[in-house]
Amino acid sequence: MKKAWIPILVIGLIALFVYTKSVGVYNIFVQNEETINGQWAEVETQYQRRADLIPNLVNTVKGYADFEQQTLTQVIEARAKATSINLNADDLTPENIARFQEAQDQLSGSLSRLLVSVERYPELKANQNFLELQAQLEGTENRIAVARRNFNQSVQSYNSNLRTFPNNMFAGWYGFERKGYFEAAQGAETAPNVQF
Amino acid sequence: MKVKYLVPLLFLFFTAQTFAQTDFPEVPSPPRLVNDFTNSLSSQQESDLERKLRAYNDSTSTQVTIVMIRSVGPYDISDYTFQLGDKWGIGQKDRDNGVLILAAMEDRKVFIATGYGMEGVLPDALTKRIVNQLIVPNFRMEEYYTGLDKATDMIFKLASGEYKAEKVTSSGENGGAVIFFLFMIVIFVIIPMIKNKKDNNNHMGGKGGNVDLFTTIMLANMLKGGSRGKFGDFSSGKGSFGGGSFGGGSFGGFGGGSFGGGGAGGSW
Repeated sequence: MKKAWIPILVIGLIALFVYTKSVGVYNIFVQNEETINGQWAEVETQYQRRADLIPNLVNTVKGYADFEQQTLTQVIEARAKATSINLNADDLTPENIARFQEAQDQLSGSLSRLLVSVERYPELKANQNFLELQAQLEGTENRIAVARRNFNQSVQSYNSNLRTFPNNMFAGWYGFERKGYFEAAQGAETAPNVQF
Repeated sequence: MKVKYLVPLLFLFFTAQTFAQTDFPEVPSPPRLVNDFTNSLSSQQESDLERKLRAYNDSTSTQVTIVMIRSVGPYDISDYTFQLGDKWGIGQKDRDNGVLILAAMEDRKVFIATGYGMEGVLPDALTKRIVNQLIVPNFRMEEYYTGLDKATDMIFKLASGEYKAEKVTSSGENGGAVIFFLFMIVIFVIIPMIKNKKDNNNHMGGKGGNVDLFTTIMLANMLKGGSRGKFGDFSSGKGSFGGGSFGGGSFGGFGGGSFGGGGAGGSW
């Protein structure tokens, strides 16, 4: 009679193991996802901050009557396009991130063209207001870079967690999906050495 | 034997491939606030700056750190500075009040990164002015010390009153002695006491009056130090045993602050 208990006990233990494991995995995924959501919010905040600075910049530059209209319009259009794409933290799929990044990169491109063409206007370059705006803009770009890096790191650990065995089985049950990264800018591959 | 040599070699190969960690110097030991890897400053100038920054750290807990390296290589100087600041954990963890001045001498670039908690007193526009008006002109004339001296003076001026150190100034050296004293008490008094008390291994309660006193001292000591400052005290105690090369006060190491992208830079 005693022997009948052994398989039951074994099955019970396995069930218990699977249960605790799956609960643990689920909780870890939820925590990781929340971290990513928080960091995504930071990314969006910094991009928003940049978008908010642009009207000021455009107005300052506009004051110089002969400033190239085309460059300005490009910046305004790119800004409108970039701010129209808002990603909810729930759907950070690779495709959506790529779309978001493309719009923002376009804005970065036209902004840097604007800043380059400013070089031709010495009196604008000496304008204190413009200099402050430029410093703020640079600071925002730096913050964007940091926020993006933090986001990428979290997504990386989440994704690799998601795709390794046995987590990938559990993740499939619960419906967790891979999230997208920000890609490095093109032409960033050349790598001379750091020297202390 | 051969396999023994192969494993570290392979390991080296793979770590070289990822190159993530090797690009950043380790925190020097004992930790210093002025780290000149390029010998651009004389040792006298270095210790003058070190003393000044330590004094400021002791009185305000704000850690202004100077790092001079040769080149940041493929990195943006801003990006490199943030990552180095994060890696070293400059500033206190709960305040993020670190400032890192990084100069890449061969690139002729300099960047001041401000921790999250310093962005209020040192907004980017002001940081940029410090770089352009105090550091760059002096660095151009190879007056590295003057540039850094003036820049840190200005940072102190702008940041004054923002943070106060929780621990009492100059408690660092005594801190080491206190820890050592407590350690001795544990070894020579408490442990024998516990060992002798064969009947009662719950040494917190009952008749062990002395143990209670010890617990009280421990708790009081823990409360006194404040959350993060206490750990600083511990490590600073260690530092002073080694006989710090800078004589006066001791510096308890970096507190784990983080950087969010504040700051500005320039080139000379």
